[in-house]
Amino acid sequence: MSPLIIAPILIPLITGFSALLKRRGRRRVAFALGMSANLIAAVLMMASTFDGTILVSQMGNHPMPFGISLVVDPLSAIMLLLTAVMAFLVGIFALATIDANRERFAFFPLFAFLIVGLNFAFLTGDLFSLYVAFEIMLMSSFVMVTLGGERGQLEGGIKYVTINLISSTIFVVAAGLTYTVAGTLNIAHLAIRFSELADPGVTLVLAGMFLIAFGIKAAIFPLFFWLPASYHTPPIAVTALFGGLLTKVGVYAMWRMLILVLPAATAVLQPLLIVISILTMIVGVLGAVAQMDVRRLLSFHVISQIGYLLMSLAIGTSEALSAGIFFMVHVILAKTALFLISGVVHEFEGSYHLKYLGGVTKRHPGAALMFFVAALALAGIPPFSGFWAKLLLLRAGIAAEQYLLVGVGFAVSLLTLYSMIKIWNEVYWKPNGKASNGAHASPLTKIERRAMIGAAAVMVALVFALGIAPEPVIELSNRAAADLFPTGTQQSGYVEAVVAASADIGGLSE
Amino acid sequence: MTILYAVTIGVLFACGTYLVLRRSLVRLIIGLSLLTYAANLMIFTSGNLQQRGTPIAGETQPEAMADPLPQALILTAIVISFGVTAFTLALGYRASQAVGGDDLDAMQTTDQEELT
Amino acid sequence: MTRSPFFKFLARAMMPILILFSIFFLLRGHNQPGGGFVGGLVGASSIVLMTLAYGAEEVARQMRFDFRRVMLWGVIVAVIAGMLGLIFQSSFLGSIWFKPYLDGIGRLELGTPALFDAGVYIVVFGATVAIVMAMAEESDREVE
Repeated sequence: MSPLIIAPILIPLITGFSALLKRRGRRRVAFALGMSANLIAAVLMMASTFDGTILVSQMGNHPMPFGISLVVDPLSAIMLLLTAVMAFLVGIFALATIDANRERFAFFPLFAFLIVGLNFAFLTGDLFSLYVAFEIMLMSSFVMVTLGGERGQLEGGIKYVTINLISSTIFVVAAGLTYTVAGTLNIAHLAIRFSELADPGVTLVLAGMFLIAFGIKAAIFPLFFWLPASYHTPPIAVTALFGGLLTKVGVYAMWRMLILVLPAATAVLQPLLIVISILTMIVGVLGAVAQMDVRRLLSFHVISQIGYLLMSLAIGTSEALSAGIFFMVHVILAKTALFLISGVVHEFEGSYHLKYLGGVTKRHPGAALMFFVAALALAGIPPFSGFWAKLLLLRAGIAAEQYLLVGVGFAVSLLTLYSMIKIWNEVYWKPNGKASNGAHASPLTKIERRAMIGAAAVMVALVFALGIAPEPVIELSNRAAADLFPTGTQQSGYVEAVVAASADIGGLSE
Repeated sequence: MTILYAVTIGVLFACGTYLVLRRSLVRLIIGLSLLTYAANLMIFTSGNLQQRGTPIAGETQPEAMADPLPQALILTAIVISFGVTAFTLALGYRASQAVGGDDLDAMQTTDQEELT
Repeated sequence: MTRSPFFKFLARAMMPILILFSIFFLLRGHNQPGGGFVGGLVGASSIVLMTLAYGAEEVARQMRFDFRRVMLWGVIVAVIAGMLGLIFQSSFLGSIWFKPYLDGIGRLELGTPALFDAGVYIVVFGATVAIVMAMAEESDREVE
């Protein structure tokens, strides 16, 4: 096995510790180099799995149920690449915008450790390691949310920390129960054991617990209140990273556990999933429509988009999952782009509030153009990426005869468009806001300003490119989705690959 | 033995949940750590509540060994919850300084519309 | 703030004992209870004791280390131990053993797991001391 498979964990880990060093210049260089190396590793990983190969490595050469598996299937590769792209661009944005005080209190090491947790979560093929990965990610995110110690941050932070700790507790209890029932924690081995298990009652309990644990992290319908209370409080670079990635890890974990490991129980839960998906979409977008702060508005949109991602789980076919994976790529890029652009506008005009902003189109047509592309992409107007994502998802819904879901998905799209138009009217088109006249004194230097605008522009360019040429990504998500479903009498591609890799080193031969 | 464990876990979960729902920040933090204790005990029960031999190869026959995995899991979970508890205490301290008390109901400003 | 001379003497006397004890823990850890994590904590407790006895500033001046750099080295040692396994055994953390026979001592069993444990020891040592020093400097400032 090439050393590539461990690189997404080791590179940000070493980066994080290097970025703890005392001298400011060295720390920044170490961080920038580390995030670039991480991006290169993720691109190489994608290149070696693009044809559908699944890379498996057993840590310490212990075979499957005993050692921890690291698995890179196309789904993991997609998530790793997205994380690396996000980490790189948001990293540049953060290098430009984060104030000296936050930097002194280890902002960049925390950023790197967050990436360690995310990459570990996407790589691991072991349930308990997934818990550890979530905890690494959460610990870093806890500190990043509260770093700076403003009152709003501390208040939002307490809610964020409390609810996420409760979710972790449910997760770890579910993992313990899984071990009691199945006697293993390896995800591939669990899939085999649960497919043999006659009694579906126990798996139903487990599926419900995983749904709640990951649902809290993903901010699904009744469990999302922590998100709009906390996401807008930290600096915009943090909000962009969290809004773009963190909730999506919850959805990723749901796909892994509910589709791959517990398909029988998920089929029983389908009506519930449909209701949750519908309510998440509607409540999220209605909340967004009512907001006047751009960051809060976009935070509510995060929830609404989670509803769409959940829709792929609720429909439950391979086609729907493939559409869901494409939607994931689209929404991570588009949502982060929107957050970064609102950061750029704040840099120019000094506000996030719709009433106070205005006339940005005239003063900064570039920013307006970027927003225009990203907003239409999010709303799903052709030829932008959101159109393909929603088209695929709705088509999968019609194929599975889930007309209610399809109808709601369509209506919510219109409301999304409405809330984007609201931002457009208030921030960009309206002649002038209450306070802004374009003369906002910013502490940033010219180079820092260019770097932040550049990062946002590259993000928008990626969204645009995904809309123009969706074909390769759609193919890739088809392959990624197919690997999670069993074909005929065979186990799913993911499970087969892990079992084969363990058999190579003299392990379990079933 | 199993019943004793089940009752203990249930009581811990109940106390933890009750404390988390109180208005006081300190009780919230204590409640959260009670919940993690309950979770750790829960994992402990997954490894057969019997007295078995130490799981060291060469010292004990494989049939007579206790299952070492739950203990490894709990050890990890304890270390994590130790770190998390330390962090929540620090956060609670700073938050009570910023708000001027440990009343959670006073911490609602982020849910309201603010003009910045 | 006055500090007790007895405590100062005790801390000074305990320091080498604790360090030796921690290395004993580290080496014992492969097959017996012990290991890098516990060893690192015990080792760090020696510095913590000095900090309590002499104050954080004094200790920081005498140590002349940046403990955050110690952490980085620990991680690098652990990663190297893992990578050796990856290169020669095609699996991260795969174990490689080297067992030389030394006259008068007996058979030594050196391997990458021990190296990994040493990395863990260094990380835990560095991290614990760095955290305690940061907190002690803060509280010293508040006392003054």
